Amino acid sequence: MTRVLLSSFLVFPLLAGAQTTAPDVQKVLQRDFKARGQATMDRVVQDGVQRVCTESDDRPPAALAKQMEADQLKAIAFPEGSLIGDWKRGEGIAQNGRGLQWTDPAGAGGGGSCYNCHQLSPQEASHGTLGPSLLRFGATRGNGTEMQRYVYGKIYNAKAYNLCSQMPRLGHSGTLTPEQIKDLVGLLLDPASPVNR
Amino acid sequence: MRSGFLLCGVLACTPLFAQDTKKEIQKYQQMIADGSPVELFELEGEALWKKAQGPKNVSLEKCDLGQGAGVLKGAYARLPRYFKDADRVMDLETRLLHCMTTLQGRGREEATKRVFGNENQPSEMEYLSAYVAAQSRGARLAAGTSHPREKEAYELGRALFFHRAGGWDMSCASCHGEEGKRIRMQDLPVLSKREFARPIMATWPAYRVSNSQFKTMQWRINDCYRQMRYPEPSFASDATIALNTFLTVTAAGEPYRGPGTKR
Repeated sequence: MTRVLLSSFLVFPLLAGAQTTAPDVQKVLQRDFKARGQATMDRVVQDGVQRVCTESDDRPPAALAKQMEADQLKAIAFPEGSLIGDWKRGEGIAQNGRGLQWTDPAGAGGGGSCYNCHQLSPQEASHGTLGPSLLRFGATRGNGTEMQRYVYGKIYNAKAYNLCSQMPRLGHSGTLTPEQIKDLVGLLLDPASPVNR
Repeated sequence: MRSGFLLCGVLACTPLFAQDTKKEIQKYQQMIADGSPVELFELEGEALWKKAQGPKNVSLEKCDLGQGAGVLKGAYARLPRYFKDADRVMDLETRLLHCMTTLQGRGREEATKRVFGNENQPSEMEYLSAYVAAQSRGARLAAGTSHPREKEAYELGRALFFHRAGGWDMSCASCHGEEGKRIRMQDLPVLSKREFARPIMATWPAYRVSNSQFKTMQWRINDCYRQMRYPEPSFASDATIALNTFLTVTAAGEPYRGPGTKR
């Protein structure tokens, strides 16, 4: 805790010269944005991760990042048993770009928007490049228990592994259910998945 | 592998491929520009500009867009800017709304009831934006930067651009922060950099071929925040104007050549 506070003090003086701080911007968002559908106003209230990443320009002090990543990791509830779900359903979830928008129906049924940023199955040429290519992910890394836990955790909460990652916290944010995340783990790690064939 | 790399290094292979792709994209852009209905939007916008409306039953022809009452030439290229009569920095849509409520005496609620149109029925704001922006063709982008409120808007816009929040922890820079990246097949311009902001800001508002709709900058910002999983930015709010100010100031000096035609 002391370490967190000390590290925070290291962050804030860097911003003393800036004219518009993160709390200033948050007040503007609270004034100028309005709830619509499932996109409620609590979403403009930054949590610790969003605040630290904004204030450090995505370069948090290493000790602070490590501690906050550990806190994020602790909050992931890993299901029991194999985490490799159905890769065929996983492919559909990876293709689906809906979920959490004010135009989307609330509740499940959304997707992971994976292809927006990553290459996965070689058959899908229309993939983004914001994230690394995941082609042959399982074939090159194996699919043991540790790897399953890593992939599940990374999709559930990417910030547990890299605090200021641009990847959404898909489980933590309620975008995907644990079952959907397991299907994505299948897409990445199942030897029968097109990602690995 | 090694000789392959030597033969097919950065100087040889990649640029050839990139040039071919670039040429193809330019060809496609030329093709969609040739068949663009932008001019029809401009004509419809002109008719609406001159149409007497509202409780006062007057047109918008006396609307002051910053260069004097009724002066259209080059006005869009100098927005957003500070307006003393409203004591606010305003972008095009915000200023048009101001003229609708003051000159024409219309209620804000009525005037903003349908600011974003659709394929079958574009909005009044979209038609008017097309007409007004077209009168700035050839004028260099020069949003206001001298008034303290303009400086404030720029600073707020810049802070907004890098501010991470929303259901997916995103800032504008999450997608528009790194060179050479794409979402699916869509290239992502780094809008905080001059060389990327210039061609983009010089071609908005724009007709989008993919959904047959004419889109304004207010819509562009609104739809980015939707995809960033934020709540909805209010139309013509200071936040949206600040972001537009940051982007347009970053693009300063580029000759305006819109309304554009986009994929």
